[in-house]
Amino acid sequence: MAEPTPSTTPASGNGSTNVFIELRDVYKRFGSQEVLRGINLTLQHGETLCLIGPSGEGKTVMMKHIIGLIKPERGEVYVDGVHVNRLKEREMAPIRKKVSMLFQGAALFDNLTVEQNVAFPLLEHGVRDRAEIDRRVRAALKDVDLDEHRNKYPTALSGGMRKRTGIARAIIDHSECILYDEPNSGLDPIGSDVIDQMILRMQRRYNITSIIVTHDMRSVFKIANRVAMLYRGEIRFLGTPTELRECTDQIVQDFINGRSDITG
Amino acid sequence: MELSSGLLTLPGRTFLHFLVYLGQLTALMHELLIAVRSGVWRLRLVAQQIVSIGYGSQAVVIVTGAFTGAVFTFQSYAKFKDFGFETTVGAVVSVALCRELGPVLAGLMVAGRVGAAMAADIGTMKVTEQVDALRVMGVHPVDFLVLPRFLAMMISMPFLVAESISFGLFASYLVTSFGYDMPSTWYLTHMLDHTNMEDLSIGMIKGFVFGMLITLISCHQGLSAENGAVGVGLGTTRAVVISSLVLLIVNFFLSILLNYVFPIGTV
Repeated sequence: MAEPTPSTTPASGNGSTNVFIELRDVYKRFGSQEVLRGINLTLQHGETLCLIGPSGEGKTVMMKHIIGLIKPERGEVYVDGVHVNRLKEREMAPIRKKVSMLFQGAALFDNLTVEQNVAFPLLEHGVRDRAEIDRRVRAALKDVDLDEHRNKYPTALSGGMRKRTGIARAIIDHSECILYDEPNSGLDPIGSDVIDQMILRMQRRYNITSIIVTHDMRSVFKIANRVAMLYRGEIRFLGTPTELRECTDQIVQDFINGRSDITG
Repeated sequence: MELSSGLLTLPGRTFLHFLVYLGQLTALMHELLIAVRSGVWRLRLVAQQIVSIGYGSQAVVIVTGAFTGAVFTFQSYAKFKDFGFETTVGAVVSVALCRELGPVLAGLMVAGRVGAAMAADIGTMKVTEQVDALRVMGVHPVDFLVLPRFLAMMISMPFLVAESISFGLFASYLVTSFGYDMPSTWYLTHMLDHTNMEDLSIGMIKGFVFGMLITLISCHQGLSAENGAVGVGLGTTRAVVISSLVLLIVNFFLSILLNYVFPIGTV
């Protein structure tokens, strides 16, 4: 059977032309565990969505669907109008130029310095002009306040510095969207605030569309335009931070107030 | 009841796992061919891998070859002397080293040293999401991680086999000349008369094939690693064990095939 041609159907199912990411009825299971059960979500250009929910509920899995690291069992994922889950790995490159991801552990290459890690996407995307690479690396490192640490190896960096390097690597090739997987995890409150400020700055300066998986409710209320809560494979809540505060759903309230009843 | 049904289905399950494994190796080979055809070979990485694989493996391969040649000579000389054939030792050792011992022992040593390193390196990158990071940056992991290692191994292995054979023969020569007082002319004349280019070619071809197999198997184990450090350890062990076993099995069939192409004892 012939492989279906990658679709370029407009992503918007709601008539808007500004939709950048859309998930339609996405299902995913690993073995007998059903992780995602019919996820529907749209994200506009320049929007910042915080994805919250208890651990192991599929937040990272959902995010990895957007960038094509995981394929859904059922359902469709569109990024900028392109049907992502129909693309083969080698056809994903244009999408991955638009969308980048900050991994939970930053996923820096251990054998490269901070500078080399940040320059890596440029070199791989064919930029050969050394002066141009140097200029852009300096600018990206300045954006994340790491200019002085450019020659250090990842093992010599703190958790927050590693994450900031990851952010610099994600923004250097002018991505339109960044997916952040728990950018604040393992950081002290000040380190966490630094990351939050950085995400806000990126959003304001470059109008970057962002999805942030986080458990830090202070960050959620500080940086999100909208919040989605994933619970038992479904979106339990979707709305603005104000609506989240006022939500009467007991499970949502238990989660945002850190009450353990939710696990029962 | 469950135990007996489990035992009954074991051969079937094992065979299915084997088929799945073969399928995964074939898929990796297919991706590798696409990577080769793409023409983006990252020669700097290939050069780095040649240094790591080829240059770095010389000591193990030389020591293995030399001592195997020495001990083989030592044992066969004593026996051949009983029949008055001691002057043929050079020829026998040479052909055995070129056709079998050189490539097989070099292959096994490289599988242990390089195969393990490949599986551990790539496996660690996999479990720390560095492989996913490559994918996110639009870089196919096979293009970046497997192809340079594959090319470096294809280039390095024939040289390593040649080194193993050379040092094995040199050690054999030393044992016969200084250990048994055999005139060196006898040894060298017999060895050179009975060793031809076909024997050497077989060693090189085997080295080339073994290099490809070790890379394919080890990189596959690395790319399949899961469950953190335990998974990396398991993948590394599997890479060495599977590579070594496959190498020995393939060697048998390759010997039969190559003996048809380059028949032994035609000189």
